Amino acid sequence: MKIRGKNVPDWWLGVSAIILVIVLWQAVAVFLVKNPFILPSPVDVFSAFLDLLARDTLLKDIGVSLLHFGIGLGAALLVGIPIGILIGWYRVMDAFLDPIIEIIRPIPPLAWIPFAIVWLGLTNVAAGFVIFIGAVFPIILNTYAGFRGIPRVFVEAGKMLGCIRDRDLIRYIAVPSSLPQIATGIRIASGVGWMCLVAAELFGVSRYGLGQKLWHYYNLHQMDSVVVYMILLGMIGLLLDWLFRIYIDRHFLKWRTGEVA
Amino acid sequence: MGDLVIRNLSRTFVRDDGSELEAIRDVNLTIHKEEFICILGPSGCGKTTLLRTIAGLDRLTSGEIMLDGEKIDGPNPKVGIVFQEYSLFPWRNVIDNVAFGLEMQGMGPEERYARAEKYLDLVGLSQFSKSYPSELSGGMRQRVAVARALALDPLILLMDEPFGALDAQTRNLLQNELLEIWGKTKKTIIFVTHSVDEAVFLADRLIVLTSRPGSVCEAIPIELPRPRDRTGSGFAQVRRKVLDLIAQPRCSLQ
Repeated sequence: MKIRGKNVPDWWLGVSAIILVIVLWQAVAVFLVKNPFILPSPVDVFSAFLDLLARDTLLKDIGVSLLHFGIGLGAALLVGIPIGILIGWYRVMDAFLDPIIEIIRPIPPLAWIPFAIVWLGLTNVAAGFVIFIGAVFPIILNTYAGFRGIPRVFVEAGKMLGCIRDRDLIRYIAVPSSLPQIATGIRIASGVGWMCLVAAELFGVSRYGLGQKLWHYYNLHQMDSVVVYMILLGMIGLLLDWLFRIYIDRHFLKWRTGEVA
Repeated sequence: MGDLVIRNLSRTFVRDDGSELEAIRDVNLTIHKEEFICILGPSGCGKTTLLRTIAGLDRLTSGEIMLDGEKIDGPNPKVGIVFQEYSLFPWRNVIDNVAFGLEMQGMGPEERYARAEKYLDLVGLSQFSKSYPSELSGGMRQRVAVARALALDPLILLMDEPFGALDAQTRNLLQNELLEIWGKTKKTIIFVTHSVDEAVFLADRLIVLTSRPGSVCEAIPIELPRPRDRTGSGFAQVRRKVLDLIAQPRCSLQ
């Protein structure tokens, strides 16, 4: 954590670096490359942005992409957290499921695209499935690690206070105790899921979407619009991560001291 | 009624390599209702194992433990415990920590908060009910842990070197407070410590364990009048007696 007094000059340094890069980029594009197909200039990109804004599809693109992302991350939460809890709490389940998880986990999410199409067709759910594959493993592994790291004294204190059954111990002790780590897993998952988005929309599951439009404008050779969508993808990804972080901080800062999230 | 009777209690751990470690051997002990017992012994003598077995957290290898005529074979609401390390749930604020056991019993919020408030008041921390454990000092955390254990109104309160991690001043203060709480609540207290000073200050009866495998070397009634004066000559005499005893081969070595 940086203190406020030190933050102010840092902030300005960051802004001036961005400005510097934009000026350099403009100069290189206009004086050196001189070909907007190879390198559109910031001015080109900005005017393309205004065009797209006027065409009124940007919000729809963002909406559809968030839908794909939401399906993927939502499914990853619904599947990943229970599996993480099962293998984190029950040694038998760990021994049973661990080999399967370790075999499937290294397969890149994008390698699932053919089966996503075969199983789910060209639908929003198919795009969500690819994102799900990317997002589910960080959630499983962090939930598992959180459960394995529960201090024994919490479980024993719980037992002595009448929290005996596995179900109650999981609900009242294990889950809250490992919540910071579960939240970290969700944050990582959301990052990975967002990375999978462009590829998930590449095979034409929808008429809108940030990834879909990126490919669409590439096919039209409108590279300035491609850059607009690149920047949008980056900004929204950043925003999502930022929202997660605020949520995590607000929830856990009051009882977390010196733990990492 | 209300006595804790330990008969021929032994506990052997099996190590990962298959070898056996005998932690306590053939402990016989009767602890009376409302008695303040200190268990004293060198590190690794099985004090904590004995306490955990009474708590029902460790299984016994042979023998039996009867509380109030009932056999103990698992965690039991009649037995409360305060651990050596900080055991408050960091995700719950103070009042929700104290009310946890009542919540597990299915008591409604109004009733359980009222009751938790009462016990928080007993340890003098009412004004911290909305604080989180991370905001409290070590001494305050152990006070809350005492309130949390007492909230279920157990017959026996087990304490495993609860003040071991505290500085000497806080430790003395908490010892005084604990005696006060004991006087008000009339619990049986079994208090594990390796400090002779602490044991002589607190206990009605002091149980000295031998080194591993732990068994009762001697039970010493401490008849000093309360409140006890740590610097008084009577206190010093008892201390010397206990120190001499634990230096004897029959207590320190097997």
